[in-house]
Amino acid sequence: MGASQTHSAYKYQDLMTKTGFSLEQIKNLHYRFRQLSENNETLSRENLENIKDLADNPIKKQIVEAFFDKRNQHQNEMGSFEEIGFEQFVMVMSHFRPPTPKMTEEEKLAMRKDKLHFLFNMHDSDNDGKITLEEYRKVVEELLSMSGDIEKDTARGIADAAMLEVASTNVPNMGPDDYYEGITFEHFEQMFKEVEMESRMHVRFLDVDTRTIHCGSSTS
Amino acid sequence: MSQLWSSSGPRLTGFLCVLLVVSAHASRDAGDPHHQNSSTTHRKAFPVLSFNYDHVKTPFEISLWILLALLMKLGFHIIPRVSSIVLESCLLIVVGLLIGGIIKAIKQTAPVLDSKLFFLYLLPPIILDAGYFLPIRPFTENMGTILVFAVVGTLWNAAFIGGMMYGVCQIEGAQLGHVDLLSCLLFGAIISAVDPVAVLAVFEEIHINELLYILVFGESLLNDAVTVVLYHLFEEFSHAGIVTVGDAFLGVVCFFVVSLGGVMVGTIYGILGAFTSRFTSHTRVIEPLFVFLYSYMAYLSAEVFHLSGIMSLIACGVTMRPYVEANISHKSYTTIKYFLKMWSSVSETLIFIFLGVSTVAGPHAWNWTFVIFTVILCLVSRVLGVMGLTYIINKFRIVKLTKKDQFIVAYGGLRGAIAFSLGFLLTNNEMKNMFLTAIITVIFFTVFVQGMTIRPLVELLAVKKKEESKTSINEEIHTQFLDHLLTGIEDICGHYGHHHWKDKYDAYVKRWLIVGERSTEPQLISFYNKMEMKQAMMLVESGSAAKLPTLMSAATLQNIQQKGVPSRRAIPSISKSREEEIRKILRANLQKTRQKLYSYRRHDLVMDPFEDNVSEIRFRRQRAEMEKRMSHYLTVPANRQETPSVRKVCFEPENKVYTYDDSESPRGRAAQPSPRLPDAISLLSKSPQRPNQTSALRAKGSTELRAKAPDEQEEQDQVKLSRCFSDPGPNEEEEEDGSFLS
Repeated sequence: MGASQTHSAYKYQDLMTKTGFSLEQIKNLHYRFRQLSENNETLSRENLENIKDLADNPIKKQIVEAFFDKRNQHQNEMGSFEEIGFEQFVMVMSHFRPPTPKMTEEEKLAMRKDKLHFLFNMHDSDNDGKITLEEYRKVVEELLSMSGDIEKDTARGIADAAMLEVASTNVPNMGPDDYYEGITFEHFEQMFKEVEMESRMHVRFLDVDTRTIHCGSSTS
Repeated sequence: MSQLWSSSGPRLTGFLCVLLVVSAHASRDAGDPHHQNSSTTHRKAFPVLSFNYDHVKTPFEISLWILLALLMKLGFHIIPRVSSIVLESCLLIVVGLLIGGIIKAIKQTAPVLDSKLFFLYLLPPIILDAGYFLPIRPFTENMGTILVFAVVGTLWNAAFIGGMMYGVCQIEGAQLGHVDLLSCLLFGAIISAVDPVAVLAVFEEIHINELLYILVFGESLLNDAVTVVLYHLFEEFSHAGIVTVGDAFLGVVCFFVVSLGGVMVGTIYGILGAFTSRFTSHTRVIEPLFVFLYSYMAYLSAEVFHLSGIMSLIACGVTMRPYVEANISHKSYTTIKYFLKMWSSVSETLIFIFLGVSTVAGPHAWNWTFVIFTVILCLVSRVLGVMGLTYIINKFRIVKLTKKDQFIVAYGGLRGAIAFSLGFLLTNNEMKNMFLTAIITVIFFTVFVQGMTIRPLVELLAVKKKEESKTSINEEIHTQFLDHLLTGIEDICGHYGHHHWKDKYDAYVKRWLIVGERSTEPQLISFYNKMEMKQAMMLVESGSAAKLPTLMSAATLQNIQQKGVPSRRAIPSISKSREEEIRKILRANLQKTRQKLYSYRRHDLVMDPFEDNVSEIRFRRQRAEMEKRMSHYLTVPANRQETPSVRKVCFEPENKVYTYDDSESPRGRAAQPSPRLPDAISLLSKSPQRPNQTSALRAKGSTELRAKAPDEQEEQDQVKLSRCFSDPGPNEEEEEDGSFLS
């Protein structure tokens, strides 16, 4: 990678400022990106879906989809990519950084909102800004999909109950004819007001170069 | 009424005290009458009434003591003002003092808090109760912090106190010159450990937030290993007289052996217990005993090898719990919960009373300097230790500990009966009495002064209190979702974080330790079912719509239904006959069913509505309410496709919980819009394929009551009446197990 060293160094700087990762972390992520994409420049859905460990994950599809979702790129676009480059990959990963001790209150709030938006986008598949009952049902069904022979009605029941709860807490005085369209982002945020999202939703990113460790068994 | 009680309470206890004293007297000359009878020459009349106290002496006295302790406890709670100001543990100690005083005044020998009694009988129930119900998530999340406090903090305390006391002992004029370094260190080791019993007693009443509670309490549990090692170490050394480097090194090794060994022993017993519970489906009655016995064996086994018994007990409870709870019946779970609470409550009460009695009884050697300095040094070392450690710990924590938190952690470091018992165990130590006096003073100080002032201080500092929030279904969904999401991201990143390992562990271990298909049931479903059942019970209990849980407040399913989805046949309303049919079915459910239920966590004990002694009136009232509600919901406005009966969530739970017997429900005529509309709530009929079961029915898999219009197949009423638990587990043990709704 000699010739493009300076080029990637420049790109790394850019990414560091945009996402807040350290240089080491970005390098490690780049290494992983190349591993996953089999040394191509872009990553496709199949690359991600072929990860063995993901096979048991009930929400695999949503996770993969989230990487290709344009809304997670902070550029106010909608729709989805067919393939993503390293930049987009890192952008999505940046949603899972833990808060640093030096962050101010506003930065923490912004990070929290960011993470909640990520979650929201995962549920709101038709991009209309609301999680409708259908979409919520789908979420619950996916969650339960790996767990044996679950009746469809159960998933529905759970989703309905959850939806009812959101409706009741947020719009307390609904008349019998009112229609609750779907969970908006504000209501979604409300659900998590007790939860410290900024610390819960994070993954430890490696600071150490994993190339020196046998791949597949690296631990943080 | 309460006045009557409050006046009779003390009177009764006074009477019992007298009885106790009399029995102590009587035990001395109980043996004689028999001898007299056999040695007299002339024939005595047949003794109609004889007095033989010796025969029952021990159990009698034990029972009397326990009864006394419990009556005291009862008395405190009846007098409202007292219990809000003074801590229960303080009151109990005072009572102990009084009793000790009385016994001493009549020159009897008082029972002392014997170490064997304490460690083998009084302590385990408390620890088991704490360990079994330990909130796991905060515990593991803060494990690093807790360990640092427990290990490093206790070592620091022991060293500081021991060292400084030695310095104090060198002061001229204190007459303490004979106390050598090792004895001081031993004393430091005994007094340095935060006591779980005292912490529990105090913290339970102040409802502090979970983080602080788990920090202090976790520390008090885990420092047992350190205490055990230090105690044995210094005791050995103080007999030997000299310490070599090799000995110190062995001490460190010993620490690891003691703690890890204890945990290992506990885990082994825990797994055994979990495995055993897998097969108890035919003998539900003895299930709780397995839990208790395995745990107690874990404790005793650890004690055999001088490993940390407390850690073993905690490890056993924590390991066993998730699997046992999945396997045992509901009633067994309730039994376990109540027995543990009961035993730990009795133990705690007895411990405090005995502490008071021992204070009065024990030989004391009061030395002003020693005692005062001990108290001061305990406080100082605790504060310094906490502050210093927090400074270091905060570098590694994401959620930092604030000054307020530190203060509470430092202030909550109470000493208790463990220190006393350890002191009591000292042998061949001429300073034993002095040490005991000092220990008792520290205990009194921490429990009385710190214990009583911590509550106003908590208020004053506005420390965050425990939030009494019920977990909502949304939170549960998202907790699961987040777990899976994070695992997925970790997998994509390529490194195996703890989410990954936890997943793998869950997948493999559960298969072995949980019976049947329950191992694959996702947590979300069991949570949901739990919640539904809880609400159902609340509904049945209260019988009135006014008390409906907040989950279903104003919104009905209509509100969230998709609007404007065309129905194939627009049905204005449910026909009368349909309504009637629904009513009949639901009514039948309410009265008849029994069903085997899962064991649930945190379940409120609700009266079983199906027990025979439920009054008819109550039933009628409930029925009336139900009818009212049903009529409210059964009217369907024109364009909605909906749901006759139900606010699905509200109503359903009642019926979800109850299965009903084979109601050959007459197929109603009313049709519902097509099932294409996914959430048409329909009245499901028991699908014909399911094997018919006896009238005391439990559902396996889903029971569906489908009321089909006889000729219109595509329209099916789908009021889901019961998605009963996919309880594939061992079957309808209808009679023997507690398949009650209780």
